[in-house]
Amino acid sequence: MSTVTFRVFRGDRNGGELKDYTIEVQEGMVVLDAIHQIQAEQAPDLACRWNCKAGKCGSCGAEVNGKPTLMCMTRLDTLDTSKPVTVRPMKTFPVIRDLATDVKWNYEANKKIKPFTPAPNTDWIMFQEDVDRVQEFRKCIECFLCQNVCHVLREHDEKTGFIGPRLLVRTASLEMHPLDVENRLDMLKNEGGIGYCNITKCCTEVCPEHIHITDNAIIPLKERVVDEYYDPILGFFRRLFGSKKQTQAPSSGQAADD
Amino acid sequence: MESYTIHDYDVLVIGAGGAGLRAAIAAIEQGARVGVVTKSLLGKAHTVMAEGGMAAAMGNVRPEDNWKVHFRDTLKGGGMLNNWKMVMNYTKEAPDRVRELERWGAVFDRTPDGRINQRNFGGHSYPRLAHVGDRTGLELIRTLQDHAVKMGIHAHMETTIYRLLTDAGRVVGALGFNRQTGEFLVFRAKAVVLATGGLGRIYQITSNSWECTGDGFSLASMVGADLIDMEFIQFHPTGMVWPPSVMGILVTEGVRGEGGVLKNSEGKRFMFDNVPERYKGEFAETEEEAERWLQGDRNARRPPELLTRDVVARAIRKEVNEGRGSPHGGVYLDIASRRPADYIKKKLPSMYHQFMKLGNLDITKEPMEVGPTCHYVMGGVRVDPDTQATNVPGLYAAGEVAGGLHGANRLGGNSLSDLVVFGRRAGMAAAEYAAKQSGSYQVDEAQVRAYIAEALQPFNNPQGENPFALMKELRATMQKNAGIMREEGELKAQLEILANLKKRAWNTSVSGSRAYNPGWHTALDIRLMVEISEAVVLAALARKESRGGHARLDYPDPDPTFAKINHIIRRSSDGTLTVVAEPLPEMPEELRKIAEAKDLKELSDKVGA
Repeated sequence: MSTVTFRVFRGDRNGGELKDYTIEVQEGMVVLDAIHQIQAEQAPDLACRWNCKAGKCGSCGAEVNGKPTLMCMTRLDTLDTSKPVTVRPMKTFPVIRDLATDVKWNYEANKKIKPFTPAPNTDWIMFQEDVDRVQEFRKCIECFLCQNVCHVLREHDEKTGFIGPRLLVRTASLEMHPLDVENRLDMLKNEGGIGYCNITKCCTEVCPEHIHITDNAIIPLKERVVDEYYDPILGFFRRLFGSKKQTQAPSSGQAADD
Repeated sequence: MESYTIHDYDVLVIGAGGAGLRAAIAAIEQGARVGVVTKSLLGKAHTVMAEGGMAAAMGNVRPEDNWKVHFRDTLKGGGMLNNWKMVMNYTKEAPDRVRELERWGAVFDRTPDGRINQRNFGGHSYPRLAHVGDRTGLELIRTLQDHAVKMGIHAHMETTIYRLLTDAGRVVGALGFNRQTGEFLVFRAKAVVLATGGLGRIYQITSNSWECTGDGFSLASMVGADLIDMEFIQFHPTGMVWPPSVMGILVTEGVRGEGGVLKNSEGKRFMFDNVPERYKGEFAETEEEAERWLQGDRNARRPPELLTRDVVARAIRKEVNEGRGSPHGGVYLDIASRRPADYIKKKLPSMYHQFMKLGNLDITKEPMEVGPTCHYVMGGVRVDPDTQATNVPGLYAAGEVAGGLHGANRLGGNSLSDLVVFGRRAGMAAAEYAAKQSGSYQVDEAQVRAYIAEALQPFNNPQGENPFALMKELRATMQKNAGIMREEGELKAQLEILANLKKRAWNTSVSGSRAYNPGWHTALDIRLMVEISEAVVLAALARKESRGGHARLDYPDPDPTFAKINHIIRRSSDGTLTVVAEPLPEMPEELRKIAEAKDLKELSDKVGA
């Protein structure tokens, strides 16, 4: 048993300060355990969002010693605990209180993506090798750490013309579904803002599910957009024979969340 | 005076896990205006943690499988206390619900011929669980979430329901508060669907997330809804036991489904010595036969590690109690010596990740240490087997909060398909009921004001107790006195402890503002948790036998008298809970033949299944 000091952000969208809490820690503890212990013993109103405590729900993203991570999967023995451990909320989203941020924007931006639209009269036969790629994207637990580190969102706050890595991954999971016939390239090029991404791979680095966001999702989507809109030879053939994917499905996602 | 906003819906769904989202979709399809309330963000509900798969007799891997075999397996696993009609509805409809998810975009693992793959699990006679690696719950909830958004769901995220509201004996809405701001909301609704999940948080060691505080059971019981079979709590045999901070986190049954074996400290596969009488003849009797089964020999019987969860959990406890446990009080679960590393990483990726990250252990190289963890409650709000209606008009329940389907013990994989089968039924029935309601219904404003005052009381009670300490005390005492093994003395002692905690739950103190204040949230949770704990303990005291998820040290065997009854837990007008024994509903002869078939051969000979 030893004692560790945690320097935790306390405040709301109007600002706040780092506050020190010193607690006794046990073998195997993760940062989220420490936050819970602080809540139970010293600061019952310390806000943090969490659910599963097993890396499956993606609720407890925060910046621990400056590094965006899931608090439930960050063991204290991987940190230098001789110095205070700093825990701040994700920077890209407005703070609600303390470590809990307002991530509603992600749910709103998601509505730009046209839903899954299967080919009519399909027999639903799909082979494992054809779905492996999509299953990688569907591992996403929506922790939004990739959104948090993406410089387009984090430094430039471009939240109207860009949907961010998480939602590019979701678009890829639909576009690359073997039976989907919807066309989302226009959205990617325009309101999705895929051109903003300059593949610095910060998103891939922080992904707790180890999804190859940049290489497997974003770059192939960029290529599709380039082929569709900027390739003169393909464009010529397309005018002759029509595009492979027809844009026939009505748009939807008129939903409201609050 | 405290203000609140009013929201009007035809159907209010409380909970946004698998059952809640499926209910919302069904109600929207019926043309109802639907609101969904969830304590978390969308897509984070406890369903997301489900790992192994969803059971449905699709017959994709073994064409011999069909609903009748699934029906028999489910009743047998449930100690025959299940509501037969729910089991029939469930086993018949589950395959359609799985295919529906695929049509909405779910991408399940595939068979070599390109169909939905199915895996083995405890208590299922055939490989029956549609799955995606070991993250099936995530696939289910994300698919439903996406489809619900497409349908135009209106979700109130991070909102807690404090009480249901009634008018002249029927449910007409609910009072809640926004967790982010602390503002109160009144929902006026013609029908309410409870889809609030389970109650694992009343125990100290649990696989359940913070949300599983048993809200729905207490809310329903407080407005007069009957609960059923609350003594049956499932302790999943394999939770992590080390390090202490992760104790209870689930290790999927899929590890055993993929060939993992349980061993004690002497290296012995002890499950061979723990096959109960009713399962004799259905499981491999030697390691050699179990090995052949793993290699795909269809004449070999299943390894005893795939017995039902109640049986495996108790066998583990016995090994540990008799001194043959692992260093940290569990037993060994070994997949490393059974399957190649690549296979393990492909089929059980989150288990690999979870042990690597949290336990510093490579499961492709070393055995895991595991022990029982509170996982599921079989009992719940009593519902009509077709409509999921409770005995209170306007109130419906689906998913873990509803009782009846699983009897005394749930088979692994039967929960995820339960959610979608009965979520859909509840949503449809609630929308139909709502459409028939005409005239005015009243929300009692004085009642709302009184509830708001009592909810805010911990802020004005500086001398009160720390809610976190109270919560810890409740969970520790329930674990000790009403846990996996029970006996009369401890259960009675727990009733007294609960009576005391009940008073103290109304004397807590919290500080700070109402915005995202976990101390305040805990103070309100504990009020509901003591209520539901009492129902569990009362039902456990009344059942003087051992069956399924209810094991008594003082009554270690099943008792034929108790084989014929369910326990109904009812609240009288003065607020006290009573337990009433009620005979099981009569099962039609044709179904009885299926349920009681001795083995698969008899099942096939007698009823052509």
